[in-house]
Amino acid sequence: MSGTYLGMPAFPVAAHEAVANETLRGNLRHATHTIRAKRAKAVAEVSDWAELREAGKRIKDHTLRHLDRYLEQLEASVTAAGGTVHWAADADEANRIVADLVKETGESEVVKVKSMATQEIGLNEALEAEGIHAYETDLAELIVQLGKDRPSHILVPAIHRNRGEIRDIFRSEMGEWGRPAPEGLTDTPAELAEAARLHLREKFLRAKVGISGANFMVAETGTLVVVESEGNGRMCLTLPETLISVVGIEKIVPTWRDLEVFLQTLPRSSTAERMNPYTSMWTGTTDGDGPQNFHLVLLDNGRTDTLADEVGRQALRCIRCSACLNVCPVYERAGGHAYGSVYPGPIGAILSPQLRGTQSAIDASLPYASSLCGACYEVCPVAIDIPEVLVHLRERVAEGGEVVREGNKVVLQPAKGHAAERAAMRAARWAFTHPGALRGGQRLASRTRRLHPRSLPGPGRAWSGTRDLPALPAEPFRDWWQRTHGSKGAAK
Amino acid sequence: MSSRDRILGRVQRALADVPQDDTPYEQAIPRDYLREHGARRVAETVDLLAENLADYRALVHRCAAGELPTVIAGLLADRKATSVLVPPGLDEDWLAATEVTRVADRPESTPQELDRVDSVVTACAVAVAETGTIVLDGGPDQGRRRVTLVPDHHICVVRVPDQVVSSVPQALERLDPTRALTWISGPSATSDIELDRVEGVHGPRTLEVVLVESGSGPDDPC
Ligand code: SF4
Repeated sequence: MSGTYLGMPAFPVAAHEAVANETLRGNLRHATHTIRAKRAKAVAEVSDWAELREAGKRIKDHTLRHLDRYLEQLEASVTAAGGTVHWAADADEANRIVADLVKETGESEVVKVKSMATQEIGLNEALEAEGIHAYETDLAELIVQLGKDRPSHILVPAIHRNRGEIRDIFRSEMGEWGRPAPEGLTDTPAELAEAARLHLREKFLRAKVGISGANFMVAETGTLVVVESEGNGRMCLTLPETLISVVGIEKIVPTWRDLEVFLQTLPRSSTAERMNPYTSMWTGTTDGDGPQNFHLVLLDNGRTDTLADEVGRQALRCIRCSACLNVCPVYERAGGHAYGSVYPGPIGAILSPQLRGTQSAIDASLPYASSLCGACYEVCPVAIDIPEVLVHLRERVAEGGEVVREGNKVVLQPAKGHAAERAAMRAARWAFTHPGALRGGQRLASRTRRLHPRSLPGPGRAWSGTRDLPALPAEPFRDWWQRTHGSKGAAK
Repeated sequence: MSSRDRILGRVQRALADVPQDDTPYEQAIPRDYLREHGARRVAETVDLLAENLADYRALVHRCAAGELPTVIAGLLADRKATSVLVPPGLDEDWLAATEVTRVADRPESTPQELDRVDSVVTACAVAVAETGTIVLDGGPDQGRRRVTLVPDHHICVVRVPDQVVSSVPQALERLDPTRALTWISGPSATSDIELDRVEGVHGPRTLEVVLVESGSGPDDPC
């Protein structure tokens, strides 16, 4: 997987910088706490949440266990419905396919609806290098793009920016890209949204090529689903003549009926709504309505390597709702950028090191960017046991061992004594020694324990002595830390 | 080797641990979640739809079938609309009481042309009470997807109770996956700036939903 931000320092270093940034921390705290409370309310509204969550988990697990079959079925359905399917083993191949498809249309600009997969492969930069300009149309992505910045949250990527900063970015940058910001633009959210509407509308109305991802792909019917709020998705999916969707191979569900689970759990987990404002579903092409050319690019880019890991593969169940970010005490303190990937927070801590491998300092340190409080598991609508995978990945960093990279088995050397280990240990120490980062997590963790008695991830034994892992401590985390690290030689 | 074969080969090798006789799909997924939440009478389901639509800031109106043309005419007048997009199969009676200029969405119409139209009136395929959602499936009385996207004012007529279901699972059962579907729950919105919800970014900023009683009343002309 490409897309490691260049020169990205290991997690603890980046986190230190973030903690020092007051604006970032304030914005982040406000955001995560607000969404967290709203989500809890939205989830409490449905009495069968536990059953929906279990069904979602099982649908995804079953699909992953038979992914080859469902990929072939999806390809056949999409093709039968008038679409063209392409396969991309890695980021470079996906970027090349998309660039070639755009060139075939003769266009030099495209409109894009927010998609994690295209960020992951660095598509905008790759297109730019080919002389094709990609316009991000999600409001937050527009703020990020105009501000020459990086996203810091899955759902609200510009959450690290406050309204004053956004106004300044719009004033100074919009004119460079198209319609300038209106005279006398203030910093009220309504005016800023209006400025974005005007700026982007001219691009939507003339766009010939749209690029998207997808939240779900239905193998049985060939249907793709995009869930959104602003309507920029509808614009990109409906107005252009050509639509190119780049989607990770793990986004499949077997049947139309399976959507009944995720269309209930995703909006409530994500934006904490009963339903998001707009959901688009399309199956191939529709005569006389919408794009008449539809291309689906199926992306591997480390996903099959992740699939090869029997513990780690559950990360591929993720539906990118971002609920785990909002409850994570470490994310709240460290900020999204510290994770050095388009996937921040707890999901990023288990996904990036699997998609990219754990060779770099940032990727080796990510599994340590957690206090293992378990709050992420508690809220995850597909029940990904993030602490279990974190412990598993820590063992891999520490002990080395066999993994699959780009389809081939390789044996990793233990990180002991290497820079990666030092980075990892600093991350662990950072997470463990920020009491503020732990307070929120503790209460949730003990709740998790009561509701979901579960066996603890086993292989944490890899770290011995004082490096022993807190395998989801039954006692509050800080007590554990005090006991094992606080007073020297205390009860072990 | 093609990338297709490479990826499928990698998947197969990655799944070496999955037994041949792994639990089949039908048995692998527990479906013990609810088909709908709570027990309601039909009229209560319609009330819930109205409530949830309004909760997400759609403007909700209710009327008898005979009143529909007057209601639509009134909504267009309140909006000071001078033109309205009309899907090809829309019931002509619905616009019988308004003088506003009708605009047809022809295949060669450009998005810029549609952008100059004030309002659009459509029917819907199904409405979901629990989530306050209307679903369009591009039927003749709804038109192409773009007609409900580009104009800033969308009036959507829902025939109650026939077109109303309680829940998302029930809605999916009624819908045809081969059609292009748009699920709409309130006007477009963003919370991207400091999480303040702002209505209306790119889709229609005003969504009006008219719940029209399809049962024939005494003064129902149909
Ligand atoms: S890991 Fe779970 S909670 Fe986190 S983004 Fe993915 S689905 Fe949501």
